[in-house]
Amino acid sequence: MMLDGRIFGRMALFGTAYLTLGFILLPLFFVTWLAFFAQEIPSFPPEGYTLKWFGAIADNRNFATGFLTSLQVAIAATLIGLALGVPASLILARQTFLGSSAINQLLLLPIVVPGIVLGTSIYVFQIETEIATGLPVLGSMGGLVAGHALLVIPWTVRLVTASLTGLDRAAEEAAQSLGADQWTTFRRVTLAAIRPGVVAAALFGFVASFGNLEMSLFLVAPGSITLPIAILQYLEWKIDPTVAAVSVLQIALIGGAMIITDRYVKLARVV
Amino acid sequence: MASLTLDRLTKRYGDTTVVRDVSLDVRDGEFLVLLGPSGCGKTTTLRMIAGFVPPSEGSIRIGERPVTDLPPWKRNAGLVFQSYALFPHMTVAENVAFGLEMRKAEKAEIEPRVREALRLVRLDGYGDRYPRQLSGGQQQRVALARALAIRPDVLLLDEPLSNLDAKLRLEVRLEIRALQQQLGLTTVMVTHDQEEALTMADRLVVMSDGEVRQIGSQADLYETPTDLFVANFVGRSTMIAGTIYAPGAFRSEGGLELTCPPGPVTGLATMSLRPERLTIGPDAARLDNHMRGSVAFVSYLGGLLDVHVRLNDRDQVVVQIPNRGDVFVPAIGDQVEVGWPAAACLVFPRETN
Repeated sequence: MMLDGRIFGRMALFGTAYLTLGFILLPLFFVTWLAFFAQEIPSFPPEGYTLKWFGAIADNRNFATGFLTSLQVAIAATLIGLALGVPASLILARQTFLGSSAINQLLLLPIVVPGIVLGTSIYVFQIETEIATGLPVLGSMGGLVAGHALLVIPWTVRLVTASLTGLDRAAEEAAQSLGADQWTTFRRVTLAAIRPGVVAAALFGFVASFGNLEMSLFLVAPGSITLPIAILQYLEWKIDPTVAAVSVLQIALIGGAMIITDRYVKLARVV
Repeated sequence: MASLTLDRLTKRYGDTTVVRDVSLDVRDGEFLVLLGPSGCGKTTTLRMIAGFVPPSEGSIRIGERPVTDLPPWKRNAGLVFQSYALFPHMTVAENVAFGLEMRKAEKAEIEPRVREALRLVRLDGYGDRYPRQLSGGQQQRVALARALAIRPDVLLLDEPLSNLDAKLRLEVRLEIRALQQQLGLTTVMVTHDQEEALTMADRLVVMSDGEVRQIGSQADLYETPTDLFVANFVGRSTMIAGTIYAPGAFRSEGGLELTCPPGPVTGLATMSLRPERLTIGPDAARLDNHMRGSVAFVSYLGGLLDVHVRLNDRDQVVVQIPNRGDVFVPAIGDQVEVGWPAAACLVFPRETN
């Protein structure tokens, strides 16, 4: 039988795509499965299924406070990151000036630089700042949020710049000729047109901050804790499925956020 | 609608003057076209009228209202862009309603006016679609409806047809012109396309290097261009360089003695000839200026033929003949008789640059 080259090509493409997808999803699948195992030391085959590990989360104070800290930090960092990133993207996308492309690259850097390097450098910077100014920077909530805002900015710049390319500058002039002043034009045309990019940036920035471990390790105050740190600390002593259960909740939270976001802006169109 | 007056409008950026002393009167309901090559200042002029570029000098009035210092949103000028400039996140109806919303119109008033505007551009029923779901021609008609919905005092069109393909361009061109006449819209359009300009305008303004070269009807520009630039830019011409040595007597650089209408020009001059005013073949002998030449080149334009005739070492003319099938068509190298009446000669002083 003759095998049509194109059919073969399509099969190879789909095969690779599904393999890659499986590669990404498999750990998520196992973590979720593991969270329901009855035995304390995870092993195959499961001896039975239980929900008790989800209950165990509530008994561990570190998870609860870590979750709350992570949530607060992620929300604050996202808001700050957007407040800085959106105006920066607007200017960078529309004006070329000396150093503008360097600034653009610089703003994208935090997601390129390894987290541990970023964490170390911010740690050193905050120590120096504290020495120089005498202000309690290191270990403060403000210091942690400032560091996390750096994780949000690259996402904002990338996604907002991408959504701006779909907006014709003339559309803003059209709005003005139709009677909209500058502020109304910005609100009704510019901001409205880049809204999908902003929403997606908020989501990805939030996720980046919420899940960040490396930088937080350097920046949290002694005794203070974020959810990823709580998970790490727990894992140092125990390997029971509680950690898997926490991860499942985290996956559910992020997945839920993506689904809700996708209802309002099609993520596939902006990312 | 209202009239529009530009008085000695000038725009300078540093030492460069991009628009110099432009004065225009656009009558109520008139379609005026600013025509010129790119960089001639026509777009800057339009943007000054719209309010996006503050003039360095001069003033603008819409009707009796001075608008020179008003921002764009207070000028009540409807603007249509080359790139359509629709709001991508709004439906067609929302796009058209935008200007009315800005004017704080009642909901009950907005809806019928949006429908009316869409009906005018033959897009009734498209209100719920998004711009990306429409073709280029349809998008430009939405842009037109959006500009018309606010009942502007003047309609400003910035190369509105340049992004459309040839066939659509013709269609939208006729449509804009028909609407403009039907609604009596005072309109200023900017274009570099002379055919577009000639077919749509009531009056044309030819610009170059930031200055107005000539204002007039199609016939004015074609029959009596005021300078060599206009003669060259509007329609086609062939040029013969030479000297006016006596009233009505022109000697070309190649030594041809030609008769032209006596005029103010003396000394170094350029004669401009419209290719369709020239005759080729035996009939040429009866005309004021006639001579023999050899056919250098024939270009086939479908309905027309351009015959390039070399008269001597320096001088060459283009003769345009209709491709009727029954006329004599010369071949390259043929010796032919070429002629033209004195009245066909347009003579301008030689431009020194």
